[in-house]
Amino acid sequence: MIYFIFAYFCLATLGISIMSLTRKNPVHAVLWLLLLFLHVAVIYLFLNAEFLAMVQVIVYAGAILVMFLFTLFLLGARQLPKHKRYTSILEGRLLIGLSITATLLAVFSSIKAEYSGKYTIKYVHDVGNTKAIGVMLFNEYSLAVLILGVILLIPMIAVSVLAWRRKDDTS
Amino acid sequence: MIELLIMVIKTTVVFGIVLTHVAYTTYAERKIIGRAQARMGPMEVGPHGLLQPIADFIKIFFKEDIVPINAEKFIFQIAPLIVLIFTMINLTVIPFTSNFILADLNVGLLFILASASVSVYGIILAGWSSNSKYSFLGGLRSASQVLSYEIALGLSLAGVVLAAGSLNLRDIVIAQHNTALGVYAIPQIIGFVVFVIAAFAETNRAPFDLPEAETELVAGYLTEYSAFRYALFFLAEYVAMYIMASLCALCFLGGWTIPKFITDILPFLDKVPGIIWFAIKVYAFIFLYIWVRATFPRYRFDQLLNIGWKVLIPAGILNIIIIAIFKRFAL
Repeated sequence: MIYFIFAYFCLATLGISIMSLTRKNPVHAVLWLLLLFLHVAVIYLFLNAEFLAMVQVIVYAGAILVMFLFTLFLLGARQLPKHKRYTSILEGRLLIGLSITATLLAVFSSIKAEYSGKYTIKYVHDVGNTKAIGVMLFNEYSLAVLILGVILLIPMIAVSVLAWRRKDDTS
Repeated sequence: MIELLIMVIKTTVVFGIVLTHVAYTTYAERKIIGRAQARMGPMEVGPHGLLQPIADFIKIFFKEDIVPINAEKFIFQIAPLIVLIFTMINLTVIPFTSNFILADLNVGLLFILASASVSVYGIILAGWSSNSKYSFLGGLRSASQVLSYEIALGLSLAGVVLAAGSLNLRDIVIAQHNTALGVYAIPQIIGFVVFVIAAFAETNRAPFDLPEAETELVAGYLTEYSAFRYALFFLAEYVAMYIMASLCALCFLGGWTIPKFITDILPFLDKVPGIIWFAIKVYAFIFLYIWVRATFPRYRFDQLLNIGWKVLIPAGILNIIIIAIFKRFAL
């Protein structure tokens, strides 16, 4: 039974991504993307990563996609632009396709199917998934977390500078 | 098999009780606002108008379901369902008493935040698919409002999670019961105030009901809806109010427990079942919702965003810093 549910979510994830990529109406594409994010969250649940599943929904579905929709609405985009883009020439397509394949190959070759180090199934089960992630992030990868924070801070400052308006400027 | 049956029965009971509450909350709202404005409120149907919600229900479900000709038909039709489903689903993780909970999730609090952030799609899509200026503006307003206030809501709840050391709602209540004061509302008064204001904005209630501001936008995203699809939005709004009230009762007011120093003085209060304390706290919060609606004028949209970003979010961060210092040095 559980294998059928897992199979459904795997196949649906693939199908929904294709649907999302091929929609002409950008709002429909975003909606398929929303469905995709919800399915991906369920796949995280299959890995017993309930914290990641919830964060996936809160951050991607709840915040980022709403921003996408907001931008689409503000620009009033009802259809994709018709004129030529870099993806409509052969070199552009090849470049994107090959680079994505190379990235995927690099990632897949480094995946190990067994558990290593102290993060065993038993450890994660005992302390809980959320705590295990927290302990690992803030102890072993604290520098990476800090750098990520700075990377996210810089666009915030940039946006504030762009939107800055002096008090006497009424335009 | 038996377990599944018990689960289904439990879920039905919870949904039934909540829907009855929703029906009579509309009645309570009209009565209380009526009293606040020196009117009687509904009086005609039944004694003191007690059957008014049933009459409204029958009326609205037998009306014609109209879909505008230029609307995106499919999205227009499923938008109210998205809102309702992702609001009702929250009822499954709320512990009503110490042993009555439909699904005891380790990340219950995050689950509520997650489904609240998905349910806003229903409102945005309702606004977009109606193909009307007023609906569209209502949907846009709702998107930016919920996006801004979700941060404040999350920050205020982060203080609670930090103090309790768990994302499980039941563990939060138990951790709260073990503190000296028994409620987090007093030591985390900043977080509590931020939560209450953000909860009003999250549920699109007055004084932050700008997505459906009738003075400017007719009825906002609801403009083109009629009959039972309109009723579904209405239902979802009131269920969301109950979710927020329950969350407030669980995270800040001690859920189904009462503070230990009170039971030390009055030991007989221990005998009162927990569900009653929980219900009293939830009703008090619902009353606050209605009271505020009767009292405060609506904010302007720029004022709303200024409150969210310039007041509530810094206050929420300050709350987390204070809690972290207290927790670190175990004061």
